[in-house]
Amino acid sequence: MTNPKIVEPTVFELSSPGRIGVTFPTPDVPRADFPTDLLREDLPLPELAEVDVVRHYMHLSKFNYSVDSGFYPLGSCTMKYNPKIDEDTCRLPGFLYTHPLQPIETVQGNLALMYQMQEWLKEISGFAGVTLQPAAGAHGEFTGVLMMRAYHKARGDHKRTKMIVPDSAHGTNPASAGMLGMSIVVIPSDARGNVDLEKLKAACDDTVVGMMLTNPNTLGMFDEHVEEIVKIVHDCGGLMYGDGANLNALLGIVRPGDLGFDVMHFNLHKTFAVPHGGGGPGSGPVGVSQRLLDFLPEPLVGILEDGDDEEQAPLYGFVKPPQSIGRMKAFHGHFGGGLVRAYTYIAMHGPDGLKDIAQYAVLNANYLLARLRSTYHVPFDRICMHEFVAEGQFEGSDVRALDIAKRLMDYDFHPPTNYFPLIVHEALMIEPTETENKDTLDAFADALIKIAEEAKSQPELLHEAPHNTPFGRMDEVKAARELVLCCWLPEDYNENA
Amino acid sequence: MNVPSNLKYTKSDEWFDPSTGNLGITDYAQSQLSDIVFVELLVEVGEEISAGKPIASVESVKASAEIYAAAGGKVAAVNSALVDKPDTLNSDPFGEGWMIKLEGGAEGDVMDAAAYTAYCDGRAH
Repeated sequence: MTNPKIVEPTVFELSSPGRIGVTFPTPDVPRADFPTDLLREDLPLPELAEVDVVRHYMHLSKFNYSVDSGFYPLGSCTMKYNPKIDEDTCRLPGFLYTHPLQPIETVQGNLALMYQMQEWLKEISGFAGVTLQPAAGAHGEFTGVLMMRAYHKARGDHKRTKMIVPDSAHGTNPASAGMLGMSIVVIPSDARGNVDLEKLKAACDDTVVGMMLTNPNTLGMFDEHVEEIVKIVHDCGGLMYGDGANLNALLGIVRPGDLGFDVMHFNLHKTFAVPHGGGGPGSGPVGVSQRLLDFLPEPLVGILEDGDDEEQAPLYGFVKPPQSIGRMKAFHGHFGGGLVRAYTYIAMHGPDGLKDIAQYAVLNANYLLARLRSTYHVPFDRICMHEFVAEGQFEGSDVRALDIAKRLMDYDFHPPTNYFPLIVHEALMIEPTETENKDTLDAFADALIKIAEEAKSQPELLHEAPHNTPFGRMDEVKAARELVLCCWLPEDYNENA
Repeated sequence: MNVPSNLKYTKSDEWFDPSTGNLGITDYAQSQLSDIVFVELLVEVGEEISAGKPIASVESVKASAEIYAAAGGKVAAVNSALVDKPDTLNSDPFGEGWMIKLEGGAEGDVMDAAAYTAYCDGRAH
């Protein structure tokens, strides 16, 4: 159902012949005509005045819900508020107007920032080396798994084809290993949400490439046996991959490198406040332990000539690790959008501030858990980290997680992640992040408690939600089945070709 | 929940009919997945498969799932009509929603209807 008053026409519908946005001045150079064979006869662009265009997009932008407009507890996505100072720094002309093919002598500032970023990420994670190249989290995973494979190959160990993932893993983990032709072994979680150690031991042999573990996991639980898990995997000759999606919970408290992980990707767009949620761009640097150092993608940023403490700055440039897996991206990672913003964020917080982030993120999640656990069943209920997973269903009711998520929109909250992780029925995965105050958390908890009452007294209200949004309940089956993948088909398109 | 008494069931919610050789997913599986929007059959007629082999990939609006063979044998037929009408798995999982038919099917690790019903009840929470 849609509210027709609110629906915005397309720019084509708004178009009226003769309306003009920009009038070009009379040219002060001789006019040259395009070759006629390059001209088309018809170009049906919308005709609008500047004010029409501005109002059109302003109206559309009001349909959007973002972290700047309200609470966005999308579990596993770390939708924290992104400080606006990051927007200033990434637009500084020295960063903005550089090109990746410029001679290194002309971009020493950029290279110094990237070098420092590598150093900071090493210090934060406890790893020996970092590449900034990967474009996003899953690209980082792929990069990490490539290095794991290269490591085994370089040792002449060709039997290893299996990647172990827990059943609580992000779907990208098995997908990344699967893209490299590895077979996936899934290990179930035990009753406390930890990896089942006995099942893990049974799966470990000399065909294991390694294990991909998110810690804290997607249930928001810190695995209580993480050091033992690392040992079991290492003992069979495997490598330990850490999915850094949930690093926000650990900043300044635990370093994955110290736990024995060999490789981990960072999601700068989650942990270090790079705006995301519109499909990108993300940024997924990867850290590695000493034994994978030589396999890092090329190029890394290194110091070519040492400086001195007084006047001479070092000369930064590009270096190639001896057994590099090669380039993972055409240039050097998402520099302005990702690295400059994340650099600003880390510099602004400093070591103590980063630790505060983790502590407040965990405190906020536990506060919400404490307020909600008597209303919503939480199957793995112990002290959580930065997020927790509740069940969106009630005994004797046909209300489901999706209904609750949709109803939350009527209360002006972005719904939590739902139906993930798969090991919780009707999962609602709630991650408040550290940037929310107690008033916001209370308002969200109040709304969820009220919705639980509505589920009993007026289930139809939930089944038909949302009611207060520009568009009502979407037909998800139709959306998945009847794909419209482009605006129009070419005239010569043959469906049966 | 519908659990026909003449079928055999796996812990991963597939069924096998020893009399016809048909395999599919259970009513419990389709209700957990909710609206199924995509089916890809991973085996072809004539192929020899062993019990436990992935035979199909199914996606719903909520989740995607691999479907495993509840029995092994030679694939005699595949229900390719499901590809165009995946919602058949929701409306008739034990009938029109059959996925593949085996010749000489040898049961894998399966249980009877009573044991499967108890197994599903145990997972209610």
